[in-house]
Amino acid sequence: MSSDIRFTDFKSDKQPTWCPGCGDFGTMNGMMKALAETGNDPDNTFVVAGIGCSGKIGTYMHSYALHGVHGRALPVGTGVKMARPDIEVMVAGGDGDGYSIGAGHFVHAVRRNVDMTYVVMDNRIYGLTKGQASPTSREDFETSTSPEGPKQPPVNPHALALASGATFIAQSFSSDALRHQEIIQEAIEHDGFGFVNVYSPCVTFNDVDTYDYFRDSLVDLKEADHDPTSREDAKDVILDNEKEHQGVIYKDESSVPYHEQHGVDEDMSVIPDGAPEGATDLVREFY
Amino acid sequence: MAADFNWAVGGEAGDGIDSTGKIFAQALSRAGRHVFTSKDFASRIRGGYTAYKVRTSVDKVQSVVDRLDVLIALTPRTIEENLDELHEGSVIIYDGERTTMQDVEIPEEMIGLDVPLKSLAEEAGGAIMRNVVALGAACEVAEFPIENLDSALEKRFKDKGQKLVDNNKEAARAGQSYVADEYDHEFDYDLETTDEDYVLLNGDEAIGMGAIAAGCRFYAGYPITPATDVMTYLTGRIERYGGHVVQAEDELSAINMALGAARGGARAMTATSGPGIDLMTETFGLIATSETPLVICNVMRSGPSTGMPTKQEQGDLNQMLYGGHGEVPRFVLAPTTIDECFWKTVEAFNLAEKYQLPVYLTADLSMAVTEQTFSPETFDMDEVEVDRGNVVDETTIDDHTSESGGFQPHEITDDGISPRAFPGTADGAHMSTGLEHDEQGRRTEDTEMRVAQVDKRNRKVETAREREDWSPREFGDEDADDLVITWGSNEGALAEAVEILDDEGQDVRVLSVPYIFPRPDLSADVEAAETTVVVECNEQGQFADLVEHDVLERVDRVNKYNGVRYKADELAAEIKSTLEAGAEA
Repeated sequence: MSSDIRFTDFKSDKQPTWCPGCGDFGTMNGMMKALAETGNDPDNTFVVAGIGCSGKIGTYMHSYALHGVHGRALPVGTGVKMARPDIEVMVAGGDGDGYSIGAGHFVHAVRRNVDMTYVVMDNRIYGLTKGQASPTSREDFETSTSPEGPKQPPVNPHALALASGATFIAQSFSSDALRHQEIIQEAIEHDGFGFVNVYSPCVTFNDVDTYDYFRDSLVDLKEADHDPTSREDAKDVILDNEKEHQGVIYKDESSVPYHEQHGVDEDMSVIPDGAPEGATDLVREFY
Repeated sequence: MAADFNWAVGGEAGDGIDSTGKIFAQALSRAGRHVFTSKDFASRIRGGYTAYKVRTSVDKVQSVVDRLDVLIALTPRTIEENLDELHEGSVIIYDGERTTMQDVEIPEEMIGLDVPLKSLAEEAGGAIMRNVVALGAACEVAEFPIENLDSALEKRFKDKGQKLVDNNKEAARAGQSYVADEYDHEFDYDLETTDEDYVLLNGDEAIGMGAIAAGCRFYAGYPITPATDVMTYLTGRIERYGGHVVQAEDELSAINMALGAARGGARAMTATSGPGIDLMTETFGLIATSETPLVICNVMRSGPSTGMPTKQEQGDLNQMLYGGHGEVPRFVLAPTTIDECFWKTVEAFNLAEKYQLPVYLTADLSMAVTEQTFSPETFDMDEVEVDRGNVVDETTIDDHTSESGGFQPHEITDDGISPRAFPGTADGAHMSTGLEHDEQGRRTEDTEMRVAQVDKRNRKVETAREREDWSPREFGDEDADDLVITWGSNEGALAEAVEILDDEGQDVRVLSVPYIFPRPDLSADVEAAETTVVVECNEQGQFADLVEHDVLERVDRVNKYNGVRYKADELAAEIKSTLEAGAEA
């Protein structure tokens, strides 16, 4: 499509109702810039959003989009991409949408390796329902429904992805605009399922995993001794509970996406006015 | 109707019962005979027993009956399970050398043919062919030319090499000769052949073929009895027509994948049974309110919960009509015959796209796993029409764009139908959502827009009522005083029951209804009838309730919910006694 696409073309005319300072602003800006930078335009892009604060992203972006039911954004994205290999598909959701109600779909979407991008806005809290523990909340994080903390270890989404055969695993921080955009861009360009967990702080309900906390503790893998093509290196980063990281954690450069594995490469929206050619062969099979 | 012949093979699951039965059914079909098959996965006592039954005649057969003429029994239980269908002179073929069959007792009035199936199979090349030896024996009993069996064996085994085909033919002849040589008995059967060409298929296969014919390109599903055959059928076939099948991780995923493909502009479908519909209901409201065309096939089985998974029931009608929170427009189509499974699938795709809503296409277990013969012209692909409804492209999209420049996928129109733009259409970018929305698909809680969108969605149903033909199929005596109404797979048994009733001097008029919502207005028919009986396979009379609701008059009900389909003779007796009771009252 046209090459003069600007990232603001991906902005809708609806003003976000996210709290001032919400990490989701930065997450969304990076997504829009990455989409524009990779040569996409709103008419050939499909964004699928889940439920929660993060789920509102479909409303604030301008593209073909579906704002789905809670936890099922990945299956929707899978269907869009299989029917329309020509369309850029980006799925976005929160840590509750992706790792709680949608955790089962996450594992299988990773296994399928459909060529789409999955952005999880991880704020380690349920914001829209006003502050309950999320699957990535710390064990001792006190909330209205867990007064002494959830007393369960948080889900490690990167470990889940690696164990499920992921071909692209990354972590970014919404406030580091340049790096965030760069990482999303790399996920879009990856041939297969590009998974990016984004630290996207909730300024209203999470006073532990704050901007300051991430700024102070993040180690950028780009500046560390880290080989993203090595599963061993990836494993070390993912299982390191002492540090927070950003950057591409793992990338399988020989990734073969679903549509190539299965020969699904047609635009399925185009069909004839009657039965497809050769349909009578189907009847003959029943002789 | 010409004389019919009823045959079965039964044994333990794993004895190759299905495959053996199918070969015999195919041999009959290829010989120009009509065939109607059924399967017993019965577990009246304990699991394990399974049988494949074949009813055949030179005339059309569309029901099972309570009569078994020839039974191949691989286990003693096969005989026990079928005692009520076996009759004086029935032939039971068994292998007396098999340990479990050595002491088997054949009822006095029946004819037991002890054929060493395994030994004869071994001589022909392998014990595995013992069932084919039995088929050969059955051909001799039924005076059915064995060349027809050869043809079915070739179809079944040709991919595995000529040697295997030849061995099987030899095994069949060994069974045939054994009966001819050892039993000097005149059997009463003579299965004549005709020059007619027939195809043999079940309801699930008809649905799958209908989907491909209608241009369905994307199928996502999760295996569940008795809907799995739809998925199995499509796998390896839909790809030849540019489509794809995905086995999803669960039904929640399956329907959302199908939804995604539909938003992408593909004709998409999923198929499941009641327990899967429970899960899919989560997404149902989103499909309807985002005005996404989708075909959801529900092949019903006995419920609730896990119920009786391999048994017949028509218990999900209310679930399909009312499932989901909020008020959600939908269509529910229920083909009544196997050939109609094909055509109603095509129609379901057209209705879904013309009216941009989810369409339930429901079959039931009896229809799904039953095979029946049809002339190939029944499925004339030239007759298939594809109507995609109001789809806009670059040249027409401006007519549906707001002043501020946004495409309006939920435009308020007189007929309720809005334009659709597929991804990739320039200037068509828009969001679809389960939130209440304005014409552009943007979230709104504006009271006027809320009412306008609800009314618009419901107006599509009114438009469809006016524009489409929702007529039921009618048969029997159109001037009869008494009316019988049914839906789903009961039609076949009912058609034969009408003949039986006719012979007994009882005329009835029958309406077989393939549309549950919208549905035909039967007020005039019910009001004109002296007595109206609604026949269905459930306990509560869910369709009868709908008829009463529409007509504001009580109807009589014939219900069956023991897990077994209606048989023609049984149904005739039930209807007769219900009409007589009505007359006395």
